[in-house]
Amino acid sequence: MRVIAESLAAFRGERLIFRHVNFELGPGDALILHGPNGSGKTTLLRVIAGLLGLMGGRLRLLDKAEKPLTDEARDRALHFVSHVGLVRSQLRVRETLAFHAALLGAPAKAVDAALDEWNLRPLADLSGGMLSAGQRHRLALARLALQKRELWLLDEPLVALDVASKSHLNEVCQKHLDNGGIVIAASHEPFLGDLRTLHLGPRA
Amino acid sequence: MNTFRAILWHDVMMGLRSSGGAALSAAFFALIVFLTPFGLGPESATLKSIAPGLFWIAALLATLLGLERVIQPDTEDGTLDLLRLSPLPMELVVLAKIVAHWITSGLIISLLAPFLGPMLNLDVAALPVLMFSLFIGTIGLSAIGAAAAALGASVQRGGIVLAILVLPLNIPFLIFGASAVANVQANTDPSQPLMFLAACTLIALVVGPIAAAAALRLNEE
Amino acid sequence: MQAYANPQRFLTFARKLTPWTWGAAATALIIGLYLALVAAPPDYQQGDAARIMYVHVPAAWMAMFVYGSMAMASAVAFIWKHPLADVAAKASAPIGAVFTALALVTGMLWGQPMWGTWWVWDARLTSVLILFFLYLGYIVLWSAIEEPTRAARAARILALVGAINLPIIKFSVDWWNTLHQTASVFRTDGPTMPASMLTPLLTMGLAYTLLYVALLFVRMRAEIASRRLRTIRLGLEAIPA
Repeated sequence: MRVIAESLAAFRGERLIFRHVNFELGPGDALILHGPNGSGKTTLLRVIAGLLGLMGGRLRLLDKAEKPLTDEARDRALHFVSHVGLVRSQLRVRETLAFHAALLGAPAKAVDAALDEWNLRPLADLSGGMLSAGQRHRLALARLALQKRELWLLDEPLVALDVASKSHLNEVCQKHLDNGGIVIAASHEPFLGDLRTLHLGPRA
Repeated sequence: MNTFRAILWHDVMMGLRSSGGAALSAAFFALIVFLTPFGLGPESATLKSIAPGLFWIAALLATLLGLERVIQPDTEDGTLDLLRLSPLPMELVVLAKIVAHWITSGLIISLLAPFLGPMLNLDVAALPVLMFSLFIGTIGLSAIGAAAAALGASVQRGGIVLAILVLPLNIPFLIFGASAVANVQANTDPSQPLMFLAACTLIALVVGPIAAAAALRLNEE
Repeated sequence: MQAYANPQRFLTFARKLTPWTWGAAATALIIGLYLALVAAPPDYQQGDAARIMYVHVPAAWMAMFVYGSMAMASAVAFIWKHPLADVAAKASAPIGAVFTALALVTGMLWGQPMWGTWWVWDARLTSVLILFFLYLGYIVLWSAIEEPTRAARAARILALVGAINLPIIKFSVDWWNTLHQTASVFRTDGPTMPASMLTPLLTMGLAYTLLYVALLFVRMRAEIASRRLRTIRLGLEAIPA
């Protein structure tokens, strides 16, 4: 799959936040978005995910046969992991993951694999309200293990993670890239060796 | 179908396990019924004549209570994004939420109502119709409420806004629901208002999810 | 923003037309009031009190007419995403609400001498009251969502849902009212109205419609201007390098 952005622009309300954003990503490519708060990193990710409409420029997501993806196919081709925790205090960790598995169309047994991969097994029966910020974030990242998707859109994936989890995330993403996946991540910290970066907003 | 069931289960759990959830709706409903005699006096004939309308007003207000829970938390914590990325069409996502809201409000209320009926001296013969009218009518209330909740989801503290949007649209339910119960007490046939009530619910079940889904897709444009 | 490019044509058009519409509305109103208050014969039963009808009935017409045009504008906005249609719908709502309030207040003033009470749960009055609340909800939704484009999209949906529900509400209220029908309820749809009463009524209806159009022009121009101002302010603050 390929993602081609030409001269993207975005408004928040009627306020222009970025324009002239260009990039082209193919299998195995990663793009790290840098920029100060409010520079539109999350907005760009949401535009790529189709959660926000295109406000300017052209965005193409092509499948292997170079055909543009339909909206449904796009939904099925991507993971969107936001830094806002999707953890409700009323649900246990396992229940939360099972809910996400159902939304992703993943089988129930994927939940156990994801729990193991992100070292959440000891927390599986705790309610969401008992988790620390880092644990909540690990739970959000465990979505990545529930279902295979080609395009990963990660919003501040390193926030609140401990050293071990950070290196685990790096490994997971690297493996995804080696398998021909694409990662687009918004981050304040260097991520994935900053192979390819895109700076949004005024330079500090 | 799996996704539909998961959303339904998720929302029902949220309703049952939240402090402001199903239990609060039911308690609020019962409280309105308990309070009435203090306002209107304990005379049984008076209570009997106002009981059908009062139960329906109480149901209207009690179902209103849980509406902020239907969409608002999902927009706040980003779950809405995941729902929109899920394979289920938004209309069906909303339908699952409507059913979940109904289970945690309308269904409980309609099961509770027959036990509260005698407190307002409602005819025992009217109890099944009271229960049945609430049972079918509150689904429609949840459907209209979900549309309003979707419209008001981007409003901070949208509770009052929600009430102003929803209540005028709910008047037909109040009219037909209360009339059905009153008809039984007056020894007339309740089937006509019940039929109208069912028709209102069916229309609401079509219009509600479509309007709510359109409202939730607002950002996409 | 490019979306406001063609409102320019509307603005020029509206600016030229506004004084003419005001003039026509004032003329029709003066003639209508003269016909209604002086020329028309007093009602053989109600005497001069019935003259309030010439203020009341057209107001009730306008209450429905304005909601209708608001719903139409919303449908146009929904289907063709035309920004002017949103502006028209938004500008209509308070005007419609005022006509509705006028119909309610004059109805109450009329009711006092006729029925001996300020308010009767008559099917018409009740329907108009509910219509008033629908207007109110629409206005509240606009003011509750800060960002105009988002508010516009939400308001479109609400106006359409309201329009779908109106016949249902009307039907249920009529049904409810016949159920509780009391003998004292006064009905306006009596025998056919003589021309001496119909002419002033229709003239007043025309005057109200022209007044609506004039007010609509003014409010739409103000709305477009305030949106432009907002865009300019935001734009100056935040043009990225």
